[in-house]
Amino acid sequence: MPRGTVQIDKERCKGCGLCISACPQQVLGFSGELNHSGYNVVHMEHPSACVGCAFCAMTCPDIAIEVYRQKVSAQS
Amino acid sequence: MGKRVLLRGNEVIAEAAIRAGCQCYFAYPITPQAELLEHMARNMPRLGRTFVQAESEIAAISMVYGAASVGVRTMTSSSSPGISLKQEGISYLAGSNLPSVIVNVVRGGPGLGDIAPSQCDYFQATKGGGHGDYHMIVLAPSTVPEAGELTMLAFELADQYRTPVMILADGLLGQMMEPVELPEPIDPASIPAKPWATTGADGRDPNIILSFDLDPEVLKRMNLDLQEKYRRIEDNEIRYEETMTEDADLIIAAYGTTARIAKTVVKQARSEGIKVGLFRPITAWPFPYEALRELASQVSTVLTVEMSAGQMWEDVRLAVAERAATPFYGEMGGVVPTPRDILNEVRKHAG
Amino acid sequence: MQVETTSMVKVFSRPQSLTDSKSTYCPGCHHGILTRIIGKTLDELDIAGRAVCIAPVGCAVFAYSWYRSDAVQAAHGRASAVATGVKRADPNLIVFAYQGDGDFASIGTAESIHAANRGENITVIFVNNQVYGMTGGEMAPTSLVDQKTTTSPTGRDPKQAGYPIRFSEMIAQLDAPAYVTRQALFDTRRILDAEKAIKKAFENQVNGKGYSLVEVLSTCPTNWRMSPVASNQHIADVVTEVFPLGDLVDRR
Repeated sequence: MPRGTVQIDKERCKGCGLCISACPQQVLGFSGELNHSGYNVVHMEHPSACVGCAFCAMTCPDIAIEVYRQKVSAQS
Repeated sequence: MGKRVLLRGNEVIAEAAIRAGCQCYFAYPITPQAELLEHMARNMPRLGRTFVQAESEIAAISMVYGAASVGVRTMTSSSSPGISLKQEGISYLAGSNLPSVIVNVVRGGPGLGDIAPSQCDYFQATKGGGHGDYHMIVLAPSTVPEAGELTMLAFELADQYRTPVMILADGLLGQMMEPVELPEPIDPASIPAKPWATTGADGRDPNIILSFDLDPEVLKRMNLDLQEKYRRIEDNEIRYEETMTEDADLIIAAYGTTARIAKTVVKQARSEGIKVGLFRPITAWPFPYEALRELASQVSTVLTVEMSAGQMWEDVRLAVAERAATPFYGEMGGVVPTPRDILNEVRKHAG
Repeated sequence: MQVETTSMVKVFSRPQSLTDSKSTYCPGCHHGILTRIIGKTLDELDIAGRAVCIAPVGCAVFAYSWYRSDAVQAAHGRASAVATGVKRADPNLIVFAYQGDGDFASIGTAESIHAANRGENITVIFVNNQVYGMTGGEMAPTSLVDQKTTTSPTGRDPKQAGYPIRFSEMIAQLDAPAYVTRQALFDTRRILDAEKAIKKAFENQVNGKGYSLVEVLSTCPTNWRMSPVASNQHIADVVTEVFPLGDLVDRR
């Protein structure tokens, strides 16, 4: 189970690539799939590497990314 | 009723604005309306209202635009060159349906001109000045007391129609002193509510003050709405005054200070046996075309007298057309016609 | 591959204070990041209900569409004066003017300086991307020496067109402003710094501290003719040499 994951709104994504560059884990890449505006939307190429840091979401100018992270359970 | 005080036109306009509930006043100094600015500077802060001397007339009209968006009564004042600077702002106010009052104490032009009185901004006030299909209601007082009354009216009409309203005065009116009974301050509760204003979107959908849409069909509808408003104003707000017109052979058409001088000429001419009357538009926009057209059918001559090269004269000719002769007598550069000057013209055309 | 999120917590989503409108900005344009940060600030300070956005003329003319707040679209350059009028009319409103290079630093020079000099209790966001975006890429007062634009096709020549103007430094000379800072958005660290600065700039207004200006170095990939990633690098390597980042005034 990866520590984090992202959901990308395909119709908001403009394929600018800033998220791909911002990701420290090289999770993201261009999917080759075009949305209705003709943009090459980004997807998770290596989802298992995601740690849910949200660097991608912070830099996304279209606020197209939502980020999830594993709940941290307390060790007794 | 109130007592009579001796005040100059600029001060009366300022004081009337205060009594009409003007909450925010923004302006830049320019002659010949300095006393208006100074009166506001002395009185607005002590009443807990806003006075800002803006960095320019452009900034001042922009501040008016901001305050008007919030729904408060707001005003700026200036004179001819400063009013030229405000034209974009006025277009925005009109296009955004914002109530506001703009005072022009007209001076000689064009360019820097001089600081003496003139009526050379009639075109600017009534035919646009700013860009786009719009109008301002333009009120032209002739005496100092009327300047006060029309200022009160300006704020009411501005709110009622959500439109900029101009007080078209001149340097003579601004500077002269007359005994005035100041109008009673309005009851603030009488100011209409403004559900469209940017008072904070808490609990409702956001209000956006805008004069813009990239879709031509939408902008067309916005323009049609504006035009419909102007038709309503034309139907309801035309104001003018007729003096001794019932049996007149010659009518003087004049407004503002010139009309006041012409009233003296009417009396003088009558004493010489010339049947003269005066037609005085009070709303320069909407212009009283219909009333003047009717009057023109009964007379031989409508003599327009203006402190300009002939600006209101064009509207007079539009109204009168072929029904009567439409000569013109004007003075420019800040020269004020004397009663004798005008009487000479009357004699010339009455013959 | 869809990852199951039932054992996960959502840690990042769209700020509540922003509408659902799809952004009209170009791919990679920093206006979008800045809009999110402002929305986040409105959320955190719970002020969307009394905020008024003064929208400029320029790429950000549609700024009135992005926030669940009232807005006033201003004539070109005049946003700081319009903001003054709004704030003076109702000091309880949280008024922010959002302006680009032309709006703030060219046609609006007088209004920008004098709102600051009067110490108006407003928040001004100045987006500096060294070019005029909306009108197709003309030179801005902030354009760099030798920068090629449509009105400096052979590169900005200081002998003809002067030097890039450091407006925040000019504003910082005035006695009234409470907070003047220059920020950027080209990497996560700078984004986090900018979030802090913008929050401070809005908090100042909420607390009646006076005038705050946040200049934000931003990209214009379209008119710089660079990819969004290369544009970010350009700011990091070149633009920050001309426009240094950091706080110039912090009088809180």
